[in-house]
Amino acid sequence: MGIISSGFHGRRQTGNPALPPGQYETASFPVLTAGPAPRIPIGDWEFFISTEAGQRHAWSWDAFMALPQMDIHTDIHCVTSWSKLGTTWRGVSLDTLFENVETSSRFTMAHSYGGYTTNVPLPDLLGGRAWVAWEFDGEPLERAHGGPARLLVPHLYFWKSAKWINGIELTQDDVPGFWESNGYHIHGDPWREERYS
Amino acid sequence: MSTLWRVADVVSSMPETETARTIGLRVNGLNGNLAGQHIDIRLTADDGYTVVRSYSVAGAGMDETLEITVDELANGEVSPYLVRELAVGDQLEIRGPVGGWFVWKPTDTNPVQLIAGGSGIVPLMAMIRAHHASENPAQFRLLYSLKSPESGFYREELQTLGQESRKLSIDYVYTRKAPKGWPTAPQRLTPETLLASILPTDPAPDIFICGQTVFVETVAEWLVQAGYPAASIKTERFGGTGGTR
Repeated sequence: MGIISSGFHGRRQTGNPALPPGQYETASFPVLTAGPAPRIPIGDWEFFISTEAGQRHAWSWDAFMALPQMDIHTDIHCVTSWSKLGTTWRGVSLDTLFENVETSSRFTMAHSYGGYTTNVPLPDLLGGRAWVAWEFDGEPLERAHGGPARLLVPHLYFWKSAKWINGIELTQDDVPGFWESNGYHIHGDPWREERYS
Repeated sequence: MSTLWRVADVVSSMPETETARTIGLRVNGLNGNLAGQHIDIRLTADDGYTVVRSYSVAGAGMDETLEITVDELANGEVSPYLVRELAVGDQLEIRGPVGGWFVWKPTDTNPVQLIAGGSGIVPLMAMIRAHHASENPAQFRLLYSLKSPESGFYREELQTLGQESRKLSIDYVYTRKAPKGWPTAPQRLTPETLLASILPTDPAPDIFICGQTVFVETVAEWLVQAGYPAASIKTERFGGTGGTR
């Protein structure tokens, strides 16, 4: 146990098994980004997956919307310690998008419009654990929150759920992305409190 | 090393405004911090309950001490304790300093535009102090948006620096109450006031914006529309008040 502050009582939220260590619940949806939000017209939007062999799979907005859509109910956990429980999203599973992609890579780099990057191991994107989401709480995803579409990898800290997602590059090695190069953990599992590098 | 919790001694505690306090900490083995970085503070209640919050460091030191300025949030869990209860001689735990993005280094050569909303001044003050303490000749300009004169942090120091420094100029915007004799009535920041109060686009300054989410989003949007390159704008938000969706 650490240093005890006898005058500090706090507001107990522990005991909620949905909260990872060091997290508190918030009803709001804070916006955290490193710079201004880019503006991406739907007509210019595409989502790509590129492989180590140089293959490129790409979907226009219409092609993407024609894929099977899923409703996702999940908790999200930000590295700055807030968690938002029971959020609802709609989007396309990465399992669907990776269906015809041949690769032996074990790692990926997510690329966003505006230049943001974040690295995610491929197994963390598959098995019904990651989506490209375009709807939040029944409404089109706001630009401030990553619209038209963002990556949604809710079992990792939320900086891995790249806003304004443009595509996934398969990589041979686990290369640090933007926040991972700026002091944050290479993997980011909230249940292991993988916050900082 | 930044992931380890370390014990910090409270070595000073001074009121900054009616609701804010600047707290000085000494941490054995601390090796300074970069201007703009934050620390995590962990408090433990006597039954073992712990809570962690992040606070920007107000300076850029080279030694074992650092200062934070904490503004009390009306419904805060941690800030009322830090502002009202914590005293010199107390101890708490810190992690960090952390962050490698929203930072200014004395080796940076571009002009710098700082834009603060309320207590968003804290990491920007760290940059102002680091810049002032360095030989770095780059032009710095601060735009500080405040509710009222009394709500300003570091008032005397900023006033002195603004008058004496040739490489720093400061503009204020008062949103609810202006000082006596102020030429304009209190008003929210507008694109016109913003653009009249900051460094021009050429040569493009490095821009740091810190404040509540809405303030930061709005200002960043106006700057991009006015032709400031998005890649030159770095933002930091606080308060966790982003609405419910």
